[in-house]
Amino acid sequence: MTLEAAVRIKRDGFRLDVTLSAAAGETVAVLGPNGAGKTTLLRALAGLEDMEGHVTLDGELLEDTSRGLHVPAERRHAGLVFQDHVLFPHLSVLENVAFGLRARGKPHASATARKWLDEAGLGDRTEALPRALSGGQAQRVALVRALVTEPKLLLLDEPLSSLDVSIRAEVRRELTRQLASFNGVRLLVTHDPLEAMALADRLVVLEHGEVVQSGKPEEVTARPRSRFVADLAGVNLLRGHAHGDHVTVAGDEALAAAGAGEGDVFALIHPRAVALYRTRPDGTPRNVWHGHVDGVDAYGDRVRVRVVGPVPLVAEVTRAAVQELGLSAGTDVWMVVKATEVSAYPA
Amino acid sequence: MRRARVPAAIGILAALGLLLFLLPLAGLIVRAPWSQTLAELTDPTTTTALGLSIFCSLSATAIALVLGVPLAMILARTRGTLRNILRALTTLPMVLPPVVGGVALLLAFGRRGLVGSLLYQWSGIQIPFTTAAAVMAETFVAMPFLVIAVEAGLRSLDQRYEEAARSLGAGYWRVFTRVTLPLLRPAIFSGAVLCWARALGEFGATITFAGNFPGRTQTVPIAVYLALETKPEAAITLSLILLVVSIAILVGLRDRWLGV
Repeated sequence: MTLEAAVRIKRDGFRLDVTLSAAAGETVAVLGPNGAGKTTLLRALAGLEDMEGHVTLDGELLEDTSRGLHVPAERRHAGLVFQDHVLFPHLSVLENVAFGLRARGKPHASATARKWLDEAGLGDRTEALPRALSGGQAQRVALVRALVTEPKLLLLDEPLSSLDVSIRAEVRRELTRQLASFNGVRLLVTHDPLEAMALADRLVVLEHGEVVQSGKPEEVTARPRSRFVADLAGVNLLRGHAHGDHVTVAGDEALAAAGAGEGDVFALIHPRAVALYRTRPDGTPRNVWHGHVDGVDAYGDRVRVRVVGPVPLVAEVTRAAVQELGLSAGTDVWMVVKATEVSAYPA
Repeated sequence: MRRARVPAAIGILAALGLLLFLLPLAGLIVRAPWSQTLAELTDPTTTTALGLSIFCSLSATAIALVLGVPLAMILARTRGTLRNILRALTTLPMVLPPVVGGVALLLAFGRRGLVGSLLYQWSGIQIPFTTAAAVMAETFVAMPFLVIAVEAGLRSLDQRYEEAARSLGAGYWRVFTRVTLPLLRPAIFSGAVLCWARALGEFGATITFAGNFPGRTQTVPIAVYLALETKPEAAITLSLILLVVSIAILVGLRDRWLGV
């Protein structure tokens, strides 16, 4: 069972153009900043948005605008879990879960719903109204409500982001378990890298309505192809043109990089590889730039120093180094990066 | 919290405004022939008018519900110039003098009216000056209250509830009856009560289009107006009844539905 989709949506000031496939048994996370079009993509797959393109699920064509085909949302076997759950406020937990079973004319709707709720550890909340549930409980009810109809495709919109940070880890474990036991196609969208890394077998990075990168989470973060991914991996990413052992980046700055190759490349520099000095250092380093500190952010005993210069970089240093060098916003510094610490790969 | 002091002028004007409301009520209560009230209440003219009023206003509310909720849905879920014009026309009866409404109804449904003449030719049925006409007049005047309330309810309703229901496999009618209507219940209820109250007090359109026939079209407001000349005690008693009903509605609606 697979999902194959090409979704194109154009609206005032907004464009979405995504081709995507997902197989049963894997969890695909569409990751991107807010406004990238993630929710719109999910809604289009669920049949709730006007779109161009096609959607095929388990060999069944659900949408093909070239033939004017559109299977309405209620006839797609796609379970959609909304970001803020959207449980029916006037129905009890049990009736919320039984809703889809009744709508599809399944017998013993109440009994089936009760069994699923019991299994999800919600057996004691069946008569509660949604407003009486905690965030974590509401999330679980929403998931059970979607799963109980045994959809072929499960669509999750930011499953954890509306939850309190304190319970996220617990709900995430629970979600991982429930996702594993669902054997249809699992697709979730999120802006939270942590959520994506924890839940997904495969990442699809969406930016400005387009897929910029996809692959296994570790592949994506090891070779970022966008500022968004670089930021989430906490690395410096520069784009430029390589000639042999150096890369020309924005502002005609030459960046020495061992074995950069030829052509358009991404140059990745880990913040730990950026050394900072108050005076121009001597020695062999090839990449030396003068700049000034833009900001200093502490993470535990490590400090990330943002430096503005010919090549803007983030350096990661220790607390002691910050004090010793007297770094604060506006301080003049020299940045040094060894050529062997720059990894270049084709863009 | 310490509030700013209210200037005397504001207080005086507010008091005058309040008196304008309260003095007529006081007049009604002070001058009520309390000793005869029971007799008046059981007088056939009174009971007939009251029964007719209740029947007509409830019928008008029922019709307004059946026709007004779909109308509100169209108005709430569509856009464009045509919709704006429709919306203005729908709410027109709220600002139109009811007598004008009555005349308009006569011109449409009277024996020589646009539709009324055809109806009379084909079936011999005449609407004006029947109980049906009284119900129609009340519906015409009162339905906008329901439409406005339900439309506002629909606009504030998160459409994702309906989308969630659809994604769970519910077709249009199941979504409508199991999700939309229950979630709209407060708006529909308050709209229906306002509509009913307006229908109960309807006078101008009713007397113009339905006339004054005891037992057929003579509702309480019409009976009050006519009794004022001949039997003022009866008029006052009937007025008191309408007053009590109105206050009961306001008190009942206040906390739960109007959010005042």
